[in-house]
Amino acid sequence: MTSRLALRQVEIKLGAFSLALDLELQPGCVGIFGPSGAGKTTLLELIAGLRHAHAGRVELDGDILADVENRKWIAPHQRRIGYVPQDLALFPHLDVRRNILYGSPKPEAGGDESSVESLVEVLDLTPLLARRIAGLSGGERQRVALARALAAKPRLLLLDEPLTGLDQDRKDNVLDYLRLLRRRWAVPMIYISHQADEMADLCDEIIVLRDGKLAARGRPEDIFEPAQRPAWRLRRTLCVSSEEGHVEGA
Amino acid sequence: MPARSSPNMDSSSDLQLTANDAHAIVLTLGSALLAVLVDLAPGIALAWLLARKSWPGKSLVETIVALPLVLPPVATGLLLLDLLGRNGPLGSALHALALEVVFTWKAIAVAMAVMSFPFIVRGARIAFEAAGNRPEQVASTLGASPLRVLFSVTLPIAWRGITAGAVMAYARALGEFGAVILVAGNIPGMTATISTTIYNDILTGHDQHALLLAAISIVLAFGLILGGEHLIRRALP
Repeated sequence: MTSRLALRQVEIKLGAFSLALDLELQPGCVGIFGPSGAGKTTLLELIAGLRHAHAGRVELDGDILADVENRKWIAPHQRRIGYVPQDLALFPHLDVRRNILYGSPKPEAGGDESSVESLVEVLDLTPLLARRIAGLSGGERQRVALARALAAKPRLLLLDEPLTGLDQDRKDNVLDYLRLLRRRWAVPMIYISHQADEMADLCDEIIVLRDGKLAARGRPEDIFEPAQRPAWRLRRTLCVSSEEGHVEGA
Repeated sequence: MPARSSPNMDSSSDLQLTANDAHAIVLTLGSALLAVLVDLAPGIALAWLLARKSWPGKSLVETIVALPLVLPPVATGLLLLDLLGRNGPLGSALHALALEVVFTWKAIAVAMAVMSFPFIVRGARIAFEAAGNRPEQVASTLGASPLRVLFSVTLPIAWRGITAGAVMAYARALGEFGAVILVAGNIPGMTATISTTIYNDILTGHDQHALLLAAISIVLAFGLILGGEHLIRRALP
């Protein structure tokens, strides 16, 4: 599956902060790394169509999603870009099954029940289908959020710190599922995290943002260096703050 | 105008409900229900706009919506009387359409709707703010149109707060007195409500009968509060 994302001279201003990027992202898993306030979530919201740019153009597979100069803007519900926010935003009034099926295309619109079923199976969600969201653990919620986003058959999946708030065992567990999803469905992903380990493990390319600008990009091994194994951290040459060099699981 | 035919009525008949009392009870319950139903759609829409959007004049609208909570109800009634009276800006237009509002049951519903509107808006607004806009945003990335997002995510998630606001609004409407008596008068069998009938009874010395209606009000309030709590508990999440 190809999903080439291009951000052409995109600029967003939020008070004193501004995000300014001009880059092209290759299909696969791209990790966005950077300190808090670097603009990572703002970037995902821009791609998903939840935030308007003040300048520039966003393209996906050659389709123009937003073009400020030509006043073109495709609404989020027409983009087919999945988004799993940090707080997951599961629908508390629906059970797990109805959460997962919320965006799943109907059979007459090309939906495939068997693919949703296999997604549920792969993510071990079958026993949870009738449960309410309020009764789920953190790891279970993460898996439901992933299944809900994938069941909508997105052409690009945006994950905003999907492992935040989980203990190490649960993180490893959800990471295993993410690897499996990548292998099985090959959905292109953009993955935000503060944890170098997760990105080194999962992503093909890393983009480092700092103060709304591109600070570095490259393969994980070019961006991170091994810390105490199995953890990784940002290469010292790229660090400007201790937060960026955060080491997980050392 | 007295609600009862004679101030010298004996105390045993004071403890009996008359046809006018039954009319007042039904009129009060029905007008309050109509007022809340009329308030719901604009109240929820305004609450959503206040919770989610920034727009010029927002503070002014917030203040106007809250006015009935702060103004003496009689003052609100006076403003409504000036607005809806035959010479008023709205009343004259309605009169041209052969629609009389003042001193009819319609005026009761209008007064109750105005007085209870802030409760609907506040309840819904707090619910929308508490839910945040993330579920709506995620629903849109899942392919849901704005209308589907509204009915499948926004309203169901906020339903508990909206229900609580509606119950409070209904309770407020049931007890409304000052605004109602000014715009609708207190005509037994026509525009007298429970509150205005109690007032009349006290003025005319029928304290026992006033107490009887007060007791009925208490029973209604109990039923309303218990029923409302049940509805709110059932409304998920």
